Amino acid sequence: MTASESNTFRWVGKSVPRVDAADKVRGRALYTDDIVLPGMVYAKIKPSTIAHGRIRRIDLGKALQLPGVLAAITGEECPVPFSVNNYKPTEMPLAKDKVVYYGEGVAAVAAVDEKTAARAVELIEVEYEELPVLLDPREAMARDDVRIHDWAESNINYEGKQQFGDPEDELRKSHVVVENSFFSSYTHCGFLEPQSTIADYNPGTGRLTVYTCNQLPHYLQQTIARTIGMPMEKIRVIVPTVGGAFGGKTEATPACMVACLLSRKLGRPVKITYTRQEVFFQNKGRHPCLMKMKMGFDAQGRITAVDFDCLLDGGAHSSWGFVVMWFIAALTHLPYKIPVVRYRGKRVFTNKPTAGAQRCLGGVQVRICVEGLLDMGAEKLGLNPYEIRMINACETGYKTPTVIEVRHSEFKKCLESVARRSGIVDKYGKLPFGRGIGMAGGHYSTGGAFLLYPSYRPHSTANIRVDTEAGVTVYIGATGIGQGAHTVMCQMAAEVLGIDYRDVHLVCQDTMLAPMDNGTFDSRLTYGAGHAIKRAALDVRAKLFEVAAAVLGVRRDHLDCRDGEIFSIYEPKRRIPFQKAVAQYLSSVGPLFGTGEYTPPQPKGDYEGKLIGPTPAFGFTAQAVELEVDLETGKIKILGYWEAGDCGKPINPMAVEGQVEGAISMGLGAALYEEMVMDIEGRMLNPNFHDYKMPTTMDMPDLSLEIVDSYDPTSAFGNKEVGEGPVGPVIPAILNALYDAIGVRFTEVPVKPEKILQALGKIESAGQPRLYVAQAPSECARPGCAPGEGG
Amino acid sequence: MKQLIELNVNGIAYDVIVSPEDLLVDVLRQKLGLTGTKKGCGQGDCGTCTVLIDGRRALSCLTLAIACRGKTILTIEGMEADGRLHPIQQAFIDKGAIQCGFCTPGMVMAAKALLDENPDPTVEQIKRGLSGNLCRCTGYVKIVDAVQEAARRMRAAQSQEVSR
Repeated sequence: MTASESNTFRWVGKSVPRVDAADKVRGRALYTDDIVLPGMVYAKIKPSTIAHGRIRRIDLGKALQLPGVLAAITGEECPVPFSVNNYKPTEMPLAKDKVVYYGEGVAAVAAVDEKTAARAVELIEVEYEELPVLLDPREAMARDDVRIHDWAESNINYEGKQQFGDPEDELRKSHVVVENSFFSSYTHCGFLEPQSTIADYNPGTGRLTVYTCNQLPHYLQQTIARTIGMPMEKIRVIVPTVGGAFGGKTEATPACMVACLLSRKLGRPVKITYTRQEVFFQNKGRHPCLMKMKMGFDAQGRITAVDFDCLLDGGAHSSWGFVVMWFIAALTHLPYKIPVVRYRGKRVFTNKPTAGAQRCLGGVQVRICVEGLLDMGAEKLGLNPYEIRMINACETGYKTPTVIEVRHSEFKKCLESVARRSGIVDKYGKLPFGRGIGMAGGHYSTGGAFLLYPSYRPHSTANIRVDTEAGVTVYIGATGIGQGAHTVMCQMAAEVLGIDYRDVHLVCQDTMLAPMDNGTFDSRLTYGAGHAIKRAALDVRAKLFEVAAAVLGVRRDHLDCRDGEIFSIYEPKRRIPFQKAVAQYLSSVGPLFGTGEYTPPQPKGDYEGKLIGPTPAFGFTAQAVELEVDLETGKIKILGYWEAGDCGKPINPMAVEGQVEGAISMGLGAALYEEMVMDIEGRMLNPNFHDYKMPTTMDMPDLSLEIVDSYDPTSAFGNKEVGEGPVGPVIPAILNALYDAIGVRFTEVPVKPEKILQALGKIESAGQPRLYVAQAPSECARPGCAPGEGG
Repeated sequence: MKQLIELNVNGIAYDVIVSPEDLLVDVLRQKLGLTGTKKGCGQGDCGTCTVLIDGRRALSCLTLAIACRGKTILTIEGMEADGRLHPIQQAFIDKGAIQCGFCTPGMVMAAKALLDENPDPTVEQIKRGLSGNLCRCTGYVKIVDAVQEAARRMRAAQSQEVSR
C-alpha cells in the first residue's frame, strides 16, 4: 500500500472503539488476580528489613508449624540469578547469602489462604549482619571496600563509551559552547494493577502453566525455564488482561519465580499478588541519572558537537541497566543533527529498589539535557527556542554518525505546528515576570531492532487461520498492555482481508498458541506486528482470490475485497461474499492459512553498544507549554499545553490521542510531583500512592494535540511510534518555560513549590545541598541522600 | 469471630461468612466472585475499588464488609440494566476513555455517584468528582469527556421521558 492508497483505507485511520472496551467497562475483563483455579493456594514473601547485609540465619520452623501452611522456601531453593537480558544477572527468586535492598524477598510461604500465608511470613525469623548502605552512586564508586555484588569492582555494573569524531577539538572551534549538569529523577511506572502470578505445575504431565501480567511472555517463558531449570517447551505463559505496565512489567518479578518454585513443590496452583508496597520495592522504573553535557554551536546556530557523561543509578540489581545505558547514548543522536558525539556511560549499583525500564526509556534523560542546552545556546546566539530547533531538526534521509538512517521524518512539521499554535515566537521573553513559555522536541525509536538474546529469528510473526468454524483468527505473540494493541491489530488484519475489524479473532499473550514475539517494549509492536499481520493477511488473500477468481470467472489480479465481499474492480457486479469464498476454498483446496513475519534491518556500523538503539523508523513530537508561577506559594499552574506528533499514519487516531495524553500526564508527574524517597538506611519513605504523588484529574491541564499529516513508506500501513516519544519533551518544556517565567534554569526534577521559593529567595535552602544538585538552587538534603559532592 | 451476614449487592441478597476484619473489596472479589471491583492499593489512595453503598461512593478497600449489613451495595457488575450498558459505560467506550481498564470500574462508579448528585456538572466539577480515582494511562482527558457526554445523554433521555 502506498501513501495515496492510504486515503482509501476502510479501517486503518479510523477512531473505532476498542475491541476490549466492552469487557473492561463491564468489569468482565480478567486480570491475573481475578483468576481462581481449583485447588489454588496463596503465597507471601518475607521482605528484608535492612537495605544491605548478610543473611546469617533464617528459621522457618515456627512458620511451618502454623496450621494451613503448606510449604516454605528460602533462597537456597533456587540460587539462580536472572534478568531480562541475561547479561550479568544478579537478581534471584529469593535472596541468598545477602540482601541488597530494603524489601528484597528472603523467604516465602504457601498456605491455604492469603491471611495464613501473611501470618506465617511474620513467624519467619531472620538474622542479618548489617553492611554499610550505599545510596549515592558516586559514593558507591568510591567504596570498593563495600561491594554490593562481589564481582562488581567499585560497584560499577556496566560502563561504556561511544565516540564519533573529536568533541574536544570541535568544541574548542565552536562559536558558542554551553554546558550544564542535570539530574533526572527516581520515578516509578505507577501502573494500577499490582503484579500477580498464578503458577500451576501439573505433576502428572510435568508441565507448568504460568498466568501473569507481563509485557514479554516469550522472554518470560525462557527466563523461567533457565531460572528454575525446566525445558522451555514444558512451560506455557498466559498473559491475562494487563492493568497498565509502562515498561515496569517487562521483567519477571521474583514473585513469579517463587510462585513457580512453590507450585512445583506442591503440585498445586499457587498465586502471589503484590501489595502496593511490594510493587514499589520491586520498582523497575526509570533510572535516575546524573548527567553532564556540553554542546557547541557554529555562528549559524548549528550544533557542532556534544560531549555527554551519564552516571546511571541502577539500584540493587542489573535489570535493564545495560540496555538503558546504551539507549541513552542512541537517543542522543536525534531528533537534531549532531555531527560529533562522545558518550560515556556508567551504571552503578546502589542499595535501592532496582531501576529498570519506564516508558520513553532513556529518552527522558537525554531530552532534559539536550533541550535545556539548546535553549541556553539559543540565548547566547540571539535565536528563539523555535529557530534553534528548526535549524537543527533532522529530516527524511538524515544519517546519524551511528549509521542510522532516518527513513522518514516530519519533525519540522511538528515544530512548526506547535510554534504556530502556541505563539511561542511572539510570547517568548515578553510575558510578565512569573509567566513563561517553553518548548522541546523529541523522538523515539519504532520497531526496535534488537533481540534480547542473540538470534536472527523474526521479531514478529503472525499466523492467520480462516475457516467457517472460527472465521478469521490471527495468532500473534504481541501483548496488549492497555495501549490499544489488540484493536489496531484487528484493524490492520481487517483492512487487508476486507472484513469488519470486530470479526477478527485475536489469539495472543499465550506462548503455546501464539508464535514467538519479541514483546511489548521499545515501541516496536504496531510497526512489527503491522508488517507481520499484513504479510499473513496478504498470503491468505492471495490464496482466497485464486478460488474466488475461478468462481467469478475473472482474473485474480482484478479482485479486491471490502466490507465482507470479494469483487472485481472492473466489474463490481461480479462479487462473492468473503465467507462463501472461504467455504469454497475449504471444499476445493483444503485448510486456509496465511503466515507473515517481520525482522528489522540489522544494525550497521562498528562501535560499542551498536546493537541497542538502531531501529527501522522513528516517531517525532514537539511540545510547548505556557505556565504561571505563583510567586507567593511557588505553585506552578499550566495555562496551555500544545503537542504535535508525527506517528506516521495513525491506525486509530482516538487511541493515538489517548497515548499522547497519557504520555504527557506521565511527563507532568515526573516534572512536578513524582519521586521515590529513601531514608538514610535505604527504606523507601513513600511506597504508596498517598505519598508518591501521581497526577490526578485536578492536575491535568487542557491539552491541544495535533497529529501531523504523515505516512512512513517503510511501514506496513504508514504507521510509526506514538506511545513513548511524547513523554520525553514534557520535563524540558516545563524547565524551559520556568526559565522564561522567573529566569532560573532548573536542572533537576521534580520542581516542587519549595524549590521555586528557594530560587526566588523566599525561603532559605537549609543545610547541605541535595544529592545531584547541579546549578539549580538546592533543596535541603533529604534523608537517604548521603552527603555527596553536591553542587 | 466469624459471622454469617446478609449482603445486598446489585439487588441480590448473599449470605456470606465474614470475619470482623474482612474488607468489602475482598469479600466482593473472593467470596462473591465479583472481580469487576479492583484492588489497586488497598490503602484508599487509588480509587479502583470504588463502589456505591446506599447510593454514596465508597472505597471498598477501607470498608468493613460486616458494616455493610442492611445496606445496598452497587458494583460495576450491577450497572447494566435490561441487557443495556449504563450511559456512563457506553460513553466510556465511545469516547475512548478506556485503556488498560484497571481504573475503569472505579471510575465509572465514581462518575455515577457524581451524576446522580449533579446531572449537569461543569468540567471543573467532573474533575473534582473524579479526583479520588487515579488513572495512569489516559491523562484523564477522555474520561472527563466521557462523563460529560454521559451527562448530556442522560439529560436528553430524561427530558424525552418527561415530554412523553
